Amino acid sequence: MKMADYETIQINTLFEIPRLNPGVMKDSSPYVAAAVHQEALGFPGELVDDWQARAIEKFGELLKKSRALRVYLDGCVKCGACTDKCHYFLGTGDPKNMPVARQDLLRKIYRRYFTFAGKYFPKLVGAEDLTKDVLDEWYSYFHQCSQCRRCSVYCPYGIDTAEISMAAREIMDHIGKGQKYCNEILGKVHKIGNNLGLPEKALINTLEDLEEDIEDETGVQVRIPVNEKGADILLVTPSADFFAEPHIDGLIGYAKVFHAAGVSWTVSSYASEAANFAMFIGSQEQMKMLTDRIRKAAEDLGVKRIIFGECGHAWRVAYSFMNTLSGPFDFLDPNYPVPQHICEFTWDLIQKGKLNLDKSANDHMTLTFHDSCNVARGSRMGDTPGGQFEIPRAIIRAVCNNFVDMAADTIGEATFCCGGGGGLLTDDLMEIRTKGASPRMTALQEVIEEQGVTHMAAICAICKTQFAKVMPAYGIGMDRIVSLHQLVSNAIILDGQEGSGPVADAEETENVATV
Amino acid sequence: MLSTIFAILFYLATAVLVVGLVYRIQLYARTPAPLKIPTTPAPVTRPGVVLRMFREVAFFESLFKSNKWTWLFGWIFHAAMLLVVLRHLRYFTEPVWFWVNWIQPIGKYAGFAMLAGLAALWGRRFLVERVRYISAPSDHLMLMLLIGIAASGLMMKYVVHTDIVALKAFTLGLVHFNWQPLPADPVLLVHLSLVLILMFIFPVSKLLHAPGVFFSPSRNQVDNSRDKRHPAPWVTALETDNSRTGGE
Repeated sequence: MKMADYETIQINTLFEIPRLNPGVMKDSSPYVAAAVHQEALGFPGELVDDWQARAIEKFGELLKKSRALRVYLDGCVKCGACTDKCHYFLGTGDPKNMPVARQDLLRKIYRRYFTFAGKYFPKLVGAEDLTKDVLDEWYSYFHQCSQCRRCSVYCPYGIDTAEISMAAREIMDHIGKGQKYCNEILGKVHKIGNNLGLPEKALINTLEDLEEDIEDETGVQVRIPVNEKGADILLVTPSADFFAEPHIDGLIGYAKVFHAAGVSWTVSSYASEAANFAMFIGSQEQMKMLTDRIRKAAEDLGVKRIIFGECGHAWRVAYSFMNTLSGPFDFLDPNYPVPQHICEFTWDLIQKGKLNLDKSANDHMTLTFHDSCNVARGSRMGDTPGGQFEIPRAIIRAVCNNFVDMAADTIGEATFCCGGGGGLLTDDLMEIRTKGASPRMTALQEVIEEQGVTHMAAICAICKTQFAKVMPAYGIGMDRIVSLHQLVSNAIILDGQEGSGPVADAEETENVATV
Repeated sequence: MLSTIFAILFYLATAVLVVGLVYRIQLYARTPAPLKIPTTPAPVTRPGVVLRMFREVAFFESLFKSNKWTWLFGWIFHAAMLLVVLRHLRYFTEPVWFWVNWIQPIGKYAGFAMLAGLAALWGRRFLVERVRYISAPSDHLMLMLLIGIAASGLMMKYVVHTDIVALKAFTLGLVHFNWQPLPADPVLLVHLSLVLILMFIFPVSKLLHAPGVFFSPSRNQVDNSRDKRHPAPWVTALETDNSRTGGE
C-alpha cells in the first residue's frame, strides 16, 4: 500500500539539500522482536517494568566500557558539519535524520543523567528525562541509521554516529525492546550457523547443484567443497551468496578463481555465514560468539588461511574486530594476513598473471563501482590506506573494458550507503530504505545518462539485495546490480574450458594479451 | 574588596578548570576503547596518526572536507583566539617573553578576526535552517560569552583604555601570591567576569571538544588490526579466566 508513495520517486539533482520536514519519518520503525527471539540472545522478552532504571543502568555501564561513546557524547559542538551528510536525511528531510540530531536523542539523556550541566540546568543544554516518547523516538530513529560512518568522515572530532546508534540499540535490547529482523537472524546463526537457517545438508545440496551449473556452462569441473578437512583455505562468505541473485554469480566467481589458482579450499557449514549482525545491535558479546564460530571452524578443518567473500560489514568485523575478539590466529600460516578479502586474493593472482582473462566477455556492459560503506570507512584491503578503493577497481579494470566512476564526492571515503545497511534490510522498513537510497541512485543515474553506464558492481551482500529491491523505484532495472566476482567469472577462462564466458563477444578477444 | 573578590574568584576558577579538566582527561584515558574503529582510510603507523591528528587540530581537515564556510569561520576564530591568548601572556610575565613580543603586532588585531569569526558562526545558527534546528540555548550563550569577551577586550584596547600598568600589577600579584589592587574600570570588570565564567564552565560544557578530540578513537587509532592484536579488556578477562580453569 505504502509502495505508491515512493514508487515514483523524483531523482534529485546532487547536493540539493532538502528543507526540514520535522517528524516526517517518526512512524518509521521496524517490527519489535518477539520474546522468543529476544530470549534466545539472553535479552528480556518484552519491555521490562522498570525499563527506565534499567536503561540508565545499562547506559552507565556502556559509558564505562566505551571511550568512543563518552568522548562522542561530550565533544559535539553542534557545528553542523554533519547535518547534510546522511543519506537518510538527504532522502527524507526529517531533521532527526541529521547525524547530530540523531546523536542528540541519546545525548539529551546522557546530559540529563550523567552530566553536571544536564542535572542542574537541563533546559539550557537541551537535556531531557527518559520518557516513553523518547524511547519511541529512539526506536524509530536509531533504526534509520545504517551505521555507515559517512558523518564521521566530516566531523571535526570524528564523532561516529554508528557508535551512538549501536549503544542505543544495545540499551534497547537490554530493556526488552529489540529489533525483530536482527535478533531473529542472530538466533539462527547461533543455532544453525548462518542467517538463512540453511542446515548442512541443504547447503551441500545447493552447492552440488551449483557445481553442476558451472560444469554445464564451462565444461570444467569446478568444486565448491564443504567441510573438507585439510583444505588450505576456509572461505567465509555471506549466506546470501549461496542462493540470492546476483550474489550467487559472485560465489561462482570465487570458485573459478580458487580453481584457476589451483589451491584447495572449503566452506564450513558450522561457520557458513560471514555476516555478523551483532555489530548492528552493538553487542560485542554476540559479535564474539559469531567470530568464535569462524575460529573454531578454521581449527577443526585445519586450514592455513581464512578468506572472506563479498560482504561489507562482515569485512569490517573480520578485518577490524576478529583479531581482537577471537585472536590470536597464530595457528594459521603467518605468510598471509588474517583474514584476507577475496578481492585481495584475486588481485594478487591477476598481478602475478595467473588468471587467464578475456575482458571482452564483459563488453556488453559499462560498469561503475559502488564502494560499500563498511569496506570504505571501516576497513582496508592491501598494504596501503585506500587499498579498499583501488583493489576492487583494479580488478574491474582487469576484467572489463568499460569502467567509469560515479561523481567523486559519492565514492571512496565519501561513498553513500545503499540505504539497507546496519540491520535495515527488512521489508518493514521499505520506505526509509527506498528514500535512503536516493543519493546513490542520483549519482548512478548521472553516469547512466552521461557515460552510458549499464551496470553497477558491488562487493556487499546487503548492497546487492538492497539495490535489486530499490532500483526499480528509481526506474533502474533490478538486474543492473552485479557482483564484482561475477565480472571475474565472466572473464576468466579456465584450463579446458569450451568457448569463453556466457556472453562472449568474439570481435574483442585481442584484449587478452594486454592483461 | 573588589580586588579580593576577583583574586579569590580567579584562584577558584583556575582550580575548577584544572581539576575539572584533569578529571575529564583521566576519565577519557582510563575508559577502554575495546575495538579498532579508526575512520578509514587511516594511517597504518603511529607517526601517521600523529600527522593526521596534527592536520585535524591545526587545520580542521575534516571540517574542511565538510563545509568550506563553517571551516573558514571556525578556523579564523580558533586561530585568532590562539594569538589573542598567547598575546595575553604579556600580562602574566615580567619580563615579557621574547616570542610573546613577536606576536604582539599581529595579536593586537587578531581580536577583530576572532570577533568576526564568532559573529559569522553565530549568524549561521540563525540563517542556516539545519544549524538553527540543532542549536540549544547553551550553544547561543556560548557564542555570546565569547563575543562578549572579545568585544570587551577590543573596547579596552581601542576605545576606553584601562590602566594596563595597574592591571599587570594585579595579574602578577595573582601569579606571585602578592595581591595588588585591580583597577575598578567597568569594561575591564565585564571582561574579567566573562573570562571567569568561561573558566568555570569549561570542564562541564561542550568546550570539552578541545581535550576530547585527542581521545577520539576514529581519529587517534592506527589502522593495523590485522598485524597487531588490539586488546579488549573484557576479552582479555575471559581469556585469563579460561586459562585459569584450564581452557575450554
